[in-house]
Amino acid sequence: MTESHDRALPVPQIMPADDVERTAAELDQTWAEPGTLWGWLTAVDHKSIGKRYIITAFLMFVAGGIEAALMRLQLARPENTLIGPDRYNQLFTTHGTTMMFLFAVPMMNAMGIYFVPLMVGARNVAFPRLNSFGYWSYFVGVALLYVSLFVNTGPDAGWFAYVPLAGPAYSPGHRVDVWAQVVTFTEIAALCAAVNIIVTAFKMRAPGMSLDRIPIFVWAQLVVAFMIVFAMPAVATGSTLMLATDRAVNMHWFNPPEGGDALLWQHVFWFFGHPEVYIIFLPAIGMVTPIVETFTRRRVFGYTALVMANITTAFFAFGLWVHHMFTTPIPELGQSLFTAASMVIAIPTGLQIFCWIATVATGRVRITVPMLFLFGFIFTFVNGGLTGVMLASVAFDKQVHDTFFVVAHLHYVLLGGGVMPLFAAFYFWFPKITGRRLGDRLGKWHFWLFVIGVNVTFFPMHILGLEGMPRRVYTYLAPTGWGSLNLLATLGAFVIAASVLVFVVNAARSWRSGELAGDNPWDASGLEWATSSPPPVYNFVYPIVVRSGHPLWETTVERPVVTGLATHRREMLLTTTFDGRPDSRHVDPEPSIWPLYLALCMGVLFIGSIFSPYFVLGGIGLSTIGMLGWARQSTEHVDRELVALPDCRLVETL
Amino acid sequence: MIATLAWWMFGVAAVVWLAVVCATLLAGRRRRRRREQGSDGLVRVEEATDRRLERVVAVSVFATILVLAGFLAFDFAVGRALAQHPNVALTIEVTGRQWWWSARYEDPAPHRIVETANEIHVPVGQPIQLKLRAADVIHSLWVPSLNGKRDLIPGYTTTLWFRADTAGVYRGQCAEFCGLQHAAMGLYIIAEPPVQFAAWLAAASTPTAPPTDPVLVRGQRIFMRQCAVCHSISGTEARGTVGPGLSHFKSRSSIAAGTLSNTRENLTRWIRNPAAYKPGVRMPAVAIDDTELATLVAYLETLK
Repeated sequence: MTESHDRALPVPQIMPADDVERTAAELDQTWAEPGTLWGWLTAVDHKSIGKRYIITAFLMFVAGGIEAALMRLQLARPENTLIGPDRYNQLFTTHGTTMMFLFAVPMMNAMGIYFVPLMVGARNVAFPRLNSFGYWSYFVGVALLYVSLFVNTGPDAGWFAYVPLAGPAYSPGHRVDVWAQVVTFTEIAALCAAVNIIVTAFKMRAPGMSLDRIPIFVWAQLVVAFMIVFAMPAVATGSTLMLATDRAVNMHWFNPPEGGDALLWQHVFWFFGHPEVYIIFLPAIGMVTPIVETFTRRRVFGYTALVMANITTAFFAFGLWVHHMFTTPIPELGQSLFTAASMVIAIPTGLQIFCWIATVATGRVRITVPMLFLFGFIFTFVNGGLTGVMLASVAFDKQVHDTFFVVAHLHYVLLGGGVMPLFAAFYFWFPKITGRRLGDRLGKWHFWLFVIGVNVTFFPMHILGLEGMPRRVYTYLAPTGWGSLNLLATLGAFVIAASVLVFVVNAARSWRSGELAGDNPWDASGLEWATSSPPPVYNFVYPIVVRSGHPLWETTVERPVVTGLATHRREMLLTTTFDGRPDSRHVDPEPSIWPLYLALCMGVLFIGSIFSPYFVLGGIGLSTIGMLGWARQSTEHVDRELVALPDCRLVETL
Repeated sequence: MIATLAWWMFGVAAVVWLAVVCATLLAGRRRRRRREQGSDGLVRVEEATDRRLERVVAVSVFATILVLAGFLAFDFAVGRALAQHPNVALTIEVTGRQWWWSARYEDPAPHRIVETANEIHVPVGQPIQLKLRAADVIHSLWVPSLNGKRDLIPGYTTTLWFRADTAGVYRGQCAEFCGLQHAAMGLYIIAEPPVQFAAWLAAASTPTAPPTDPVLVRGQRIFMRQCAVCHSISGTEARGTVGPGLSHFKSRSSIAAGTLSNTRENLTRWIRNPAAYKPGVRMPAVAIDDTELATLVAYLETLK
């Protein structure tokens, strides 16, 4: 990694301050998004979409949490009759579906949509309207699931909807249809986000940001975007093509008497389902690196190793799915292969943890709330990772598969490895999004309650699983003796609820009247801190030229920028994929209502298809109108003239 | 063997967890010694330190690989041992249904085939093979104290073998979510000394003698009218296959797949309203009055 030499950029000159002000004023006008309702519905700015994405996903986290709390109340004592089996099955299915499809993956995508353009120094994502369309599709999915739940049509076959239980014969009614279509909407949303992140990270980086200078968080998002591109089609095939048509028009994909195969679903689902875990986990640990760097005041140890670990994990993630199926009749030799792969994937994860510890050991540590959450992450996640390695063993897995041991494991991994880094990231980047810091004192309360709550809730579940308690049971008999550990877990769940409440109060208060943060409150090194907090719609007055992996930690006062982009229209600079050399100009589209319209048409198509195949035809008709409208607007506003490259000038720190 | 593997993995995992957490805490401890830093407050790491870090990280990764390789080898060894199919002494076909288990003891002589439900008697110390099928959705047979679990998948026949080394009653339960009453789909494996087992098997394959007492005859008639569509009793006209077979019903310890203990009161309450104890159960509440119910229960109580 070379840190200092510039790559063939012209000799810079200092730029007059009033030039900067004039340019900023012109950009303000060109990029303005009206603050009206119409402006909100048509917004294409990655920050306003990212923000609503983050908030919606967080509300889903709260909703999933409430469902979990209700389940814990039911399980608090043996033979409890608070919630019957029918409600309970809807609750745990909705909890899993919400947390996986409507909270975790969208939240990670949302963080990417908000921060990837800022971190690479771009003005917006590559396809802003697609981005808006992705959010609205996701929103339709959210609405579908929760409206259904409240009219007693919440899905009830588990979040992985095993057939034949989820098939037409054993799940009549529309509950499983709702599940299949909710998954469809989140697939679409995730693919939109993935395509955007890939192109933004490859083509829209700041000049000088070669591949080896990309921030680790952006690398993680990029790797995950590729994973989404390969994983989501599998579940799309499974849920939308096969399960939905099995249910709607009797295709018998999974129906053994008609030549279908019940195991096929498990392969198709887990081929997506296992990478899904890493789609959640990799962005989360991508958040760890910038936070560790900032609070140890040093560059991370082993940048290349971290990037390679990300890529390796992504590859292996696609070779593990059978470890969800060790109790099915799959030949032992095949199982051994997946055991080995499941163990191997622990190596890159371990490597990353060692790199962070090495960084912390040689840095100057400042203990802040984000750092506390990272300690919580190590403490909790390593536990979950180790039980994961144990589960990779076929002999052991056959004993604890489908028990509370697995429930404990997956919550340790997802809460420890996903949610704790996410909370760290909230505390770290909240000032950038809102301009204000999150309160410290409540932050510490939040941290301690959360860490204690998670461990009190989920540690006893390991023991319950080993004692024989299967998962997804709405009650258990008193003589089993599982009552006291279950009660303990329920108490823990309410400690978690309290901690999340503390966070919500903290966020609401800080957003209104928190301490003003300034551009770079933590003295961090990434480009996102080089603009005001919150950033203007166009992010940066001038595209910044990058000379190292840590642009804001460079010693010079002046910052080289690119000038010469037009300000009367939404011009952006495209750069080459490998070296980040200026390549061409591109005009970003104006706000548009068509993404929202098209998402609603798709809603008609897919939700209607639950009730009658004719809705598919109607939905296609309505969507065609939407696509024509969208395309017409696009040709008006996008042109890709290749003109002379802009000049490069220096400005004083903006 | 699984237990040994599990304890080893627990032990090693605990050590690794402690090591990582200690390393993190040690690393994060505030130091008195001030790090060398530039005017910008950043830490400058000397090359020698960097090389030392590289070595430490490399060694840690190597240690991770060693631990994982150890686990892998151990797992393969255990898996191999468990996969050795011994000479099976007895094959029992177990079918999972929403939400109970039917068991069928295979025998070349058709009159010695025994069908029962939710309670499986086996001889101690002999390898038993279970042939597993599912009649409706996927179930998973799991008796925690015996050998692991196996899914029962429609369209597939899977096998699981085990050997109970000590006599006793082993509780098991369905482990794969299978619908409303997944929670109440229990079963018992009753391991007995071979002599006792042989006696049980012989008794089980003998049809129940027809009742002579007029009350019991009336009870049997009620059974044939109300219950025989779904249930079977060997030696009678009742051949229903929808619900559990009730031959020698009174020899079982529980009703409704481990939901209630098999007493006269429980049986009466169960028949009056099964859904009160197992909401969603396929068995309907049949329309009979209290005297008829008492007669029916009296008859069922004789199916020893």
